[in-house]
Parts: sequence; C-alpha cells; structure tokens
Amino acid sequence: MSRQSSKKRGGASAKGNGRAAANGAVPDSDRLLRWYRDMLLIRRFEERAGQMYGMGLIGGFCHLYIGQEAVVVGIQACLGERDSVVTGYRDHGHMLAAGMDARGVMAELTGREGGYSRGKGGSMHMFSREKNFFGGHGIVAAQVPLGVGLGFSHRYKGEDGVSVVYFGDGAANQGQVYESLNLAALWELPVLFVIENNKYGMGTSVSRAAAGSGLHARGGGFGIPGRLVDGMDVRAVYEAAGEAVAEARGGKPAILEMETYRYRGHSMSDPAKYRTREEVNRMRRDRDPIERLRHVLESEGHADADALKAIDGEIREIVADAAQFAEQSPEPDPSELYTDVLLEA
Amino acid sequence: MPVAVTMPALSPTMTEGTLAKWLVAEGDRVSPGDVIAEIETDKATMEVEAVDEGVVASLVVPEGTEGIEVNSTILWLNAEGESAGAVPVAETPRPVAKAPPPAPAEPRREASKPQPAPELDYRGETAEITVREALRDAMAEEMRRDETVFVMGEEVAEYEGAYKVTQGLLAEFGPRRVRDTPITEHGFAGLGVGAAFGGLRPVVEFMTFNFAMQAVDQIVNSAAKTLYMSGGQMGCPIVFRGPNGAAARVAAQHSQCYASWYAHIPGLVVVSPFSAADAKGLLKTAIRNPNPVIFLENEILYGQRGAVPTDPDYTVPIGRAKVLRPGRDVTIVAFSRMCAVALEAADVLAGEGIDAEVIDLRTLRPLDRETIASSIRKTNRIVSVEEGWPVAGIGSEIAAIAMEDAFDWLDAPVARVAGEDVPMPYAANLEALALPDAARIAAAARAVCYA
Repeated sequence: MSRQSSKKRGGASAKGNGRAAANGAVPDSDRLLRWYRDMLLIRRFEERAGQMYGMGLIGGFCHLYIGQEAVVVGIQACLGERDSVVTGYRDHGHMLAAGMDARGVMAELTGREGGYSRGKGGSMHMFSREKNFFGGHGIVAAQVPLGVGLGFSHRYKGEDGVSVVYFGDGAANQGQVYESLNLAALWELPVLFVIENNKYGMGTSVSRAAAGSGLHARGGGFGIPGRLVDGMDVRAVYEAAGEAVAEARGGKPAILEMETYRYRGHSMSDPAKYRTREEVNRMRRDRDPIERLRHVLESEGHADADALKAIDGEIREIVADAAQFAEQSPEPDPSELYTDVLLEA
Repeated sequence: MPVAVTMPALSPTMTEGTLAKWLVAEGDRVSPGDVIAEIETDKATMEVEAVDEGVVASLVVPEGTEGIEVNSTILWLNAEGESAGAVPVAETPRPVAKAPPPAPAEPRREASKPQPAPELDYRGETAEITVREALRDAMAEEMRRDETVFVMGEEVAEYEGAYKVTQGLLAEFGPRRVRDTPITEHGFAGLGVGAAFGGLRPVVEFMTFNFAMQAVDQIVNSAAKTLYMSGGQMGCPIVFRGPNGAAARVAAQHSQCYASWYAHIPGLVVVSPFSAADAKGLLKTAIRNPNPVIFLENEILYGQRGAVPTDPDYTVPIGRAKVLRPGRDVTIVAFSRMCAVALEAADVLAGEGIDAEVIDLRTLRPLDRETIASSIRKTNRIVSVEEGWPVAGIGSEIAAIAMEDAFDWLDAPVARVAGEDVPMPYAANLEALALPDAARIAAAARAVCYA
C-alpha cells in the first residue's frame, strides 16, 4: 500500500473522495484496506495513550475511542476537503481520521510544545484549520450549535461544504441540541448530525437517560430524517453516510444514530460498575469493527495475512514514533502562558 | 363631567411622543376599543384605543404635534347627553395639560433625559443623531465594507429590532445578512460562534443581555477560550450586543448589569459606550476586532442625541477611557448611563466649590488603567459609579487599580457607588432607591474630599 510521505508520521488517510458512497459504488480493496489501516491506527494510538496515561505522561481527562473506530472512519470516507468536522471530548479518533498528524495529537495529550494546541488545550481541545477540524469541545453538546454555525458559514459563503457534527447519546438530551436541530432545519443548512450512541453517558445507560423511541427519531418534530446504523460495521456506516452527506449537502440536514460501544471507561478513572465484564467481552468478541473488517478482507480475498501483517507493523511504527515524539517534545515555554488570549487588533 | 384622554406611555422608558394622526373628529361617538389616534415615538407607531364611551368634545392637540409628554391630556370626551360646554377648553394648555404624576417617593429616578454627553472634540463633519441611529449606522457601514459581516438575533430583521436599533438593515442588506432567529439564545449564540470559526463576522443581538444568560456557556467556553485552547489557531471575531442594565419598571429578571460578569473573562473584550459618537465609533471598532466583543448598550440612552461623525472611517479605539469633564478635586469614574448621573453630580458639586473630574471608562476589559491612575495623581481622590451590584463589581476593580497603580497619591479611601445589593424591585419608589443617583454620587465625592 503506497502512502504519501506526509502521512508517514501518522495521520490516517484522511478524506475520501466524497463520491463513491453517494454513487452507491461498492468499496474496492484499496478502500477497504485503507479503512482497516485507519481503524487500526486509532485503536493502537488509543491503547498507547491509555498506557502513557498510566505512566503519568498524560494528565487530566482522557477519553479513549477504542471500540468506536468504524463510526468516524466510515463517515470520513464520505467527506471531501471542503467539508468541516466538529466533535465533543472523545475526539482523538476524529482527529486521526481527519488526517491530523499522530505526533501532534499525542504531543498535545502530553501537554507539550509539539502538540496541536502547543500544549494549551489537551485531550479535549485540539483543532486543525488546515484539515477543517474545528475541535474537540469539552462541554457536553456545546459543539452542536457550533457545527450548525459552521454549516451556516458554508452556506453563507456559497460553498457546497457540509458540516458534520458528532455528539454522544449523553449529549442528545441537552436542550441546545434541539435548538440546533430547529435552526438547521429552519434555515436549510448543510449539516449532518452523527449521534455516537455507545450506550452509556458516563455511567448512565441510554435506557436510564433517554425517553422516546430512539435517538435517531429525535429530529422528527423538525422534519429531520434519522436513521439507525450499525456503528460497529464500517461498511454499513459508509453506506449510510454516503446518502446522508449528499442530502445534507443539498440543504437537508440529517441524523445518523450510530449503535456503537466503547470498550474502555468513560475517562481513565472509571470503575465500570454500571455494566458487566461479560457485556464488554461479548461486544469485543462478536462485534469488534476491526476484527469484522479483517475477516471480510481475508474471506473475500482483498488481502492476505502478509499484507495485513505489514499494515500492523506500519501502524506500530507510527504509534511508537508519535509516543516518542510526545515524550521528547519540550514543555511549552513559560512565556506561552500569556499568548493566544486575544488576537492583535 | 368630561373625561380626559391622556398621552399613553407605550413602553417602560417612553416619556414623550408625537401625535401622528387623529382617527376621530369632534362630535364623533366612540366606544371602548375604538382606535382614536396614532402615536409615534422614535421606536414605533402605535394606535391609541378609547377606554370610555362618549362623544368627542375636543381634540386638545393638533395632528403632528411633537414632544407631547406622557400623561398630558390629548382629548376630552363627553359622556352621553353631556353638553359640549362642560369641557374646560379655555384652560387647556397646548400641548401639555399634565395630569398629576403618581406621587413617587423621593428620590425619584427620571427614566428620561439623562444629561447629554459633552461635545465631541472632533473637527470633521458630524450629524445630530440618536444613539440608536448611531449603532445602526455603525452596523450598516461595516456591512457595506465587509461582506462577511452579518446581523442575527430575535426580531432584528422584519420587526426592525425590538428597540429599533436594526431599523432599515433588512431593506438594505436583505435576509441573507440580516437574520431573524427563533427565541433560542443558546442555539443562536453557539451558531454565531461556529460561523465566526468558519470565517464570518457575526453581530449577534441579544434583545437584552438578561437573555444572554441562556447563552453564557457559548460566550465564555466557546467564544472566549477557543483561541487559547487551540494555540492561537481559532480566532473568533464576533460581537454580542444589546441593551444591558436596568431599563425602567421591568423588575429583577430584566434589570441587571452584566459588566463585571463579562469583564471577568480573559479572551473577551467588553465595551459599554455612553455618547452617540462613541456608540458608533466603538461598535465599528468592535466589528473589525478579531476577538469576541461584548458590547453593552443601554435602553434609556437609545433616544439620546449627539453629534456623530459621518465619516465611515471614524472609529474609536478600544481600551481608552475618556475624560468627560476635567476637574482637580476628585475623580468620578462611570460608564454607560451612569456617566450622565455622574455629570449631574459634578454640577451639584461645582455649586459647592468642588471641582470633579468625570471619566467615562468606555471599555471595561481591558480597563484604561493609565487614564484612571493619572487622574488620581491629579485629584488624589476617586469615586467609582456603576449601576450593577457592588460585590465583585467594576468598582471593586477600580479600587484595586487605585491601590496598585496610585496608592501613594490617594488622600482618601476609594469610594464605591453602586446599585443596591438586592434584586431589582418593581415598585417605582423602591426601584429608584436601588439605583445610584446624583445625590449619592455627590455625597460620596464630598466624603472623599472630607467636605
């Protein structure tokens, strides 16, 4: 598999061409392998981040994306460079999928000068104007109106970009989500709302938090169609997103509810008393998105064991390099304390 | 007995208006609910309905009369069967036959006629316009200059602004750039911040800043902090503007000064103009500023007139206070409507031989420490005035600045005059007691002068 040198340091393979799914094309071997690689990068990156947290190299909150990789990889495959993305605090996977450099993401986790926010944002607050990635927001659901605003700016400027807004099942009960759905529908803004339903908002299961007949139906009162998608199957995500992105691009906002699962705790210090070990193990064994795709790749003849092993090796190298960079990058200069509060008028 | 129909107040802050049109003539019979006249203020045209039944005996005020005070008689009505001779036409002064005011307790706060801002030290061409028009002109000029500037808020477009500040903008710029929002402060504030991240320059109107509390998370956590959290990548050029502070008789939830709330937040710029010229010049600067700016207006000042430069390049720098009245005995700092009250106090003090220097802070973050400190070095005494609450208020910060930057020049402890530390009451007498007035400011000034 050939890669551009710019990806050597570890951004996932970024934007797809934004056409295939909308056209109903079946993803070819190259594409399937790219998804496998991108999901694996997120998995290994997050495992390493968890380890580095345990070593005291990463502080504060650190929300890992392990288990949910198919969601962001499948959606990103339907986006182009003109599209923008915004998400909440469980954001490492989104950044890697948007093509941001693994070194810069990991160095932000360690609070170092080489991080995307020069060490001043941390796990929940990273951005890349170059990749149209608008954060990384730490307040549950605050990213939702922001994403509608990004959609507004696409429309205002006469561009055909789509704004993709990710939020969780927990955020789906916040009032500002409904203000946002109303504005997006009322003003016909190009916004795709992706609800990552990983079953638990911190320690509260969806059934204990959300009334009604499913989060995907929550746009009904605003005329926004919603669809329930197997978020543990990257091909299903890709197929659903292709249609929804095309709709949104035409000014018809849409909701996709991704049924997914996080294997790790909410953050790092989560006793996980709210679910059983068996439940987690069952999901890992039966529904793991990476294992499922690996099986497809092998059984349908897209790749042999050697090719997959080569990808594994390549990912290991990228993650090791990112971890080393993040550990060696210096802490920000004390003078950075006072920079970036206001822009010079 | 004939019944007097008086000039109605159409809003909490209206003190006078124009009788635009009579819809009845002498001799007409009217019933309750009949529209009898149209009245205009600088904000709106409204219909006046009859409350009593009867025959119009006389129209006291001719059509087109301006400046008719609220509560003065505009029409006499005879009850059925009464003769026209009963009407006291001869004694009716024009245009005002003032009904007795509802006996307010002292001190009475006049919602009207704050002392005008002093003349502008500007030599170019000016026009005499209201603060309301100055704000509108600032937005219109910046929208002409920069295609990315747009205005958004409740009732800003078709209704032309709840306080008529956005009058005419929809007609000139169309619905793409002048956006009516639903009543959804949290949502549209966040949408505005997202649009600013996306490269636009939103001007977000809050109908009043009281309602911005619904949106404070988006203002503080999203607008103010993202530049820092992104290592300088994510600028947020947005203006949040609208009336702040107490209007008149709208009680606790609608009468609050947010100056110290927003001035507390790094990553925000906070501006609160007093004069019409500053309203225009500072709003233009705020729209051009690459940072989130909180622009605190005042409803009672909207109708105040002043000379305003017509040059579209006229701007007023952020971060500079202005000496409204030079003096040598005591410094009084204030902002927004309280500047008028401070000037009134200075007049009182002048009559007693105390020469007060009055400073309009204009920007509350960053505060102009140098102008404050250099005034203290001259007068050796300072009184801070604000409408908001005293605890952790702007006056607390002024006191700190006085100590940090001018301690050796102080001849008396800093005095603070602030709103009373209570929710705003509705009753007219209690409301007046809750807000600073000239008497209290003058008393504080005398105290620091040991006079």
